[in-house]
Amino acid sequence: MLEIECPWCGSRDQDEFHYGGEAHIVRPADPDALNDEQWGDYLFFRTNTKGAHAEQWCHSSGCRRWFNVIRDTVSYAIRGVYRVGDEPPSDDL
Amino acid sequence: MKRFRGRVKKNRYSVFSLARNAVSYHQDWPEAWRSPDPASEYDVIVVGGGGHGLATAYYLASQHDVGRIALVEKGWIGGGNTGRNTTIVRSNYLWDEAAHLYEKSLKLWEGLSQELNFNVMFSQRGVMNLGHTLQDMRDIYRRSNANRLNGIDSEILTPAEIKALVPAMNVSPDTRYPVLGASYQPRGGVARHDAVAWGFARAADARGVDIIQNCEVTGIRRANGRVTGIETSRGFIGAKKVGVVVAGHASVLADMAGFRLPVESHPLQALVSEPLKPVLDTVVMSNAVHGYVSQSDKGELVIGAGIDAYTGYGQRGSVSIIEGNVAAIVELFPVFSRVRMLRQWGGIVDVCPDACPILSKTPVTGLYFNCGWGTGGFKATPGSGWAFAHTIAHDAPHELNAAFSIDRFYSGALIDEHGAAGVAH
Repeated sequence: MLEIECPWCGSRDQDEFHYGGEAHIVRPADPDALNDEQWGDYLFFRTNTKGAHAEQWCHSSGCRRWFNVIRDTVSYAIRGVYRVGDEPPSDDL
Repeated sequence: MKRFRGRVKKNRYSVFSLARNAVSYHQDWPEAWRSPDPASEYDVIVVGGGGHGLATAYYLASQHDVGRIALVEKGWIGGGNTGRNTTIVRSNYLWDEAAHLYEKSLKLWEGLSQELNFNVMFSQRGVMNLGHTLQDMRDIYRRSNANRLNGIDSEILTPAEIKALVPAMNVSPDTRYPVLGASYQPRGGVARHDAVAWGFARAADARGVDIIQNCEVTGIRRANGRVTGIETSRGFIGAKKVGVVVAGHASVLADMAGFRLPVESHPLQALVSEPLKPVLDTVVMSNAVHGYVSQSDKGELVIGAGIDAYTGYGQRGSVSIIEGNVAAIVELFPVFSRVRMLRQWGGIVDVCPDACPILSKTPVTGLYFNCGWGTGGFKATPGSGWAFAHTIAHDAPHELNAAFSIDRFYSGALIDEHGAAGVAH
């Protein structure tokens, strides 16, 4: 079971959170300017990293805020937690 | 190939070979497959030694004339998802494209033990999908009718009929999510997961395929947009064509070839109970009260869950998934409440946004990918291998897998089978 440190509420059990997928995927500012391949890439294609993965979590049973996490997808160890808009923690994995 | 046909005949399993070997205390059985060193080059290399990869290699060798074939596997064959699933086989999918591909696979299962001369223990004990709400039942009727229009066997069962088939189930209307009915595919069932891997391995080897284990691909070499071979932990191996079928590691291999995929790899957990006397002789699946269960020939209840929400390559997940899953099973089968669970594990399932697979050419010429089967790959083992072999041999998909290209995620032609997948995503 994961233990995740919510930036506002502190360390809580995994079951209090909702997983939100890969982080840092920016919604295109002008979707109409994109071709099918670019739009499909935004909608569906993912990095699916084996290793340090930047991802989104929501504290759905608590403060209900979204934040980002760097988690190793092999060991599931959480390397760092950071607020949306902040710099990711340094890469000392 | 004459040498290999002779080998097929000499090593044939039969009641006579069983008797012969019994007399010599079973010490003289020939090896089921060789362990050759990799040659410097092959015409086709299949990357991934799970059921799908081994099936691909077998159908390439037996149905097509592609030349020298090798299969490379980073660990031991069948050690990945093939060894970690809940062994359910069925073809009751909603959309035409999916239904026909899974039904092709089911038809291959029906003749597989004979074709491979290896008992894959395919037991057509039926598969039922329960409905617990009015909308469940509407969806069940819809999918059942779609199956029948496509020539796939499907019946609707009432709670009384379900109870007659599965006496241990609680079909009382007084539960939180009462069983209102089910769809039932009589030709569905279970098969022995190790056996199908070994059966395809032995048959592929007998037809000249080099099965190379403990050989991890570390790079995919290309020149002028065309694949030239694979870098591995045992050196470079040249190839004219490479078919990658590695399930949860699909994105890792795609990255080696310079492109991304629309898949994400999640843990999918399963567990087995202590052996029990026969109590369940069909397969029961419930989308709503989430869980699916059958009883193996050893007497173990084989139970599967939904995926863990987070991505993961660790072949394990969180215990809260198991807690929720087992609660659902006990709700359906109160008599199981004191059964002890023996073993729990996970696989790495590569899930596509539409819960349908990818069997496709790629941006690299001569490189083909078979992935994205997500939570439903085991049932497709022979069909996937058959269609992928065709795609590789002809450099073009077969009619049965033409719709499952990577391009559908650009064109928008997704095929949504989340309902039929039967496993929470």
